[in-house]
Amino acid sequence: MINIFGRSFGAPSNLTRLILLSILSGTLMVLDHRGHHLEKIRAGLNLLAYPVQVIAAAPTQVFHGIADFLTTRGALRRDNEKLLAERQLLLAKLQKFETLEEENSRLRRMIVSATQVTEKVLAAELIEVSSEPFTRKIVVAKGSQDGVYVGQSVIDAHGIMGQVTQVSSRVSRVTLITDAGHAIPVFDNRSGLRMLVFGTGDPDKLKIPYLTASADIKEGDLLVSSGMGGTFQPGYPVAHVVKIINDSNEAFLTVTGKPTAQLNHGKQVMLIWGNKPARSGDTRK
Amino acid sequence: MTWSPDKRRRVTLIGTFSVALILTIMPFPVWAEPFRPDWVGLVLIYWCLAIPDRVSVGTGWLLGFLQDVLYGSLLGSNAIGKTLVAFLAVRLHLQLRMFPRWQQAVSVFGLLITNQLLVLWIRGAIGQAPETISYWTPSIVGALLWPWLFIILRDMRRRSAIS
Repeated sequence: MINIFGRSFGAPSNLTRLILLSILSGTLMVLDHRGHHLEKIRAGLNLLAYPVQVIAAAPTQVFHGIADFLTTRGALRRDNEKLLAERQLLLAKLQKFETLEEENSRLRRMIVSATQVTEKVLAAELIEVSSEPFTRKIVVAKGSQDGVYVGQSVIDAHGIMGQVTQVSSRVSRVTLITDAGHAIPVFDNRSGLRMLVFGTGDPDKLKIPYLTASADIKEGDLLVSSGMGGTFQPGYPVAHVVKIINDSNEAFLTVTGKPTAQLNHGKQVMLIWGNKPARSGDTRK
Repeated sequence: MTWSPDKRRRVTLIGTFSVALILTIMPFPVWAEPFRPDWVGLVLIYWCLAIPDRVSVGTGWLLGFLQDVLYGSLLGSNAIGKTLVAFLAVRLHLQLRMFPRWQQAVSVFGLLITNQLLVLWIRGAIGQAPETISYWTPSIVGALLWPWLFIILRDMRRRSAIS
């Protein structure tokens, strides 16, 4: 019994509790979304969630372990041969690249541009857990103690995967470019046209809105990150244009893209540190 | 076992809720993801129907909050959904208990859809609403699973003599 102003109340009813807890949730949501006041608490909570994530990922881990153990000698040898051949090819390409990089930096020095081409890269293991249904997020086993920061670009061997959106000391969460509400500034590698690529929540689909019928874009074009807005590193492949629909009833083209990075498979990602440009406003938070 | 009834109940509840939480973040192939039911919601509804004076709104909120932490989603978005589900389940528990199993499944579908709709509104408000129709399949799968889950959880409840 609670006594307030001489009137006694019993334990709060379910309706009262529903209202109070809804208000609490509402406050939390506003604090979390608007002001980012909960970064510290978030980091702590993420650290607490870490053991649960490890437990949830354990069965797949064991499964992978068994699959690795059962790989035959023949398969390993085949893999090895293939990798050696690939390495030869890449080394051959690299010879050219080094001279080009040198030439590029010389040219840049001539026009007094401060941008550097070389970047620091760190490989990170994925922790295989699912995120909220129909969001595209992944958890990687590197955190602030490895120097990971919010807004950092994450890539794989084929292109940009997304950006770091939450960091705790040992794990961080990466929002993929296919997440609904995510946007990344790019330009068309063929025509130089600048545009934004939005995620849809679909694992394999990106949309490119706000392009008029006269825009110089074709199916099959490669879209490359432009680095505008200062969040993503410029010059990495993002998506291929797969479909353009020109409906004369609509003001804009309906353009669909497919990410070049393999967002749904692979066990490793790469975090890159470029020269951090001045942050002139995020595309997303 | 010589545990007190109180301790038995607590262990069973914490056990089933933990399993549900772990199942929600268990890795799934991408194509199968729409078919993952809302385990936390289902288990919560069961306990709200079985022991509404022990498990209700507060438990719902806590579970939703933990789900938010595990998902890394907007803190409070799943919490508010689960609070509402628990409230409705407790409010309707006398009718729902009387229903035949299939009718119960239909009502559970209604509860799960309410939760999803609320979460969708919130995600829409912050500009992260998914644009696929398959957003709704987890509720359908959940309703189809309900009769089996009900039997499993009821057996567990009887074995640990919770009432």
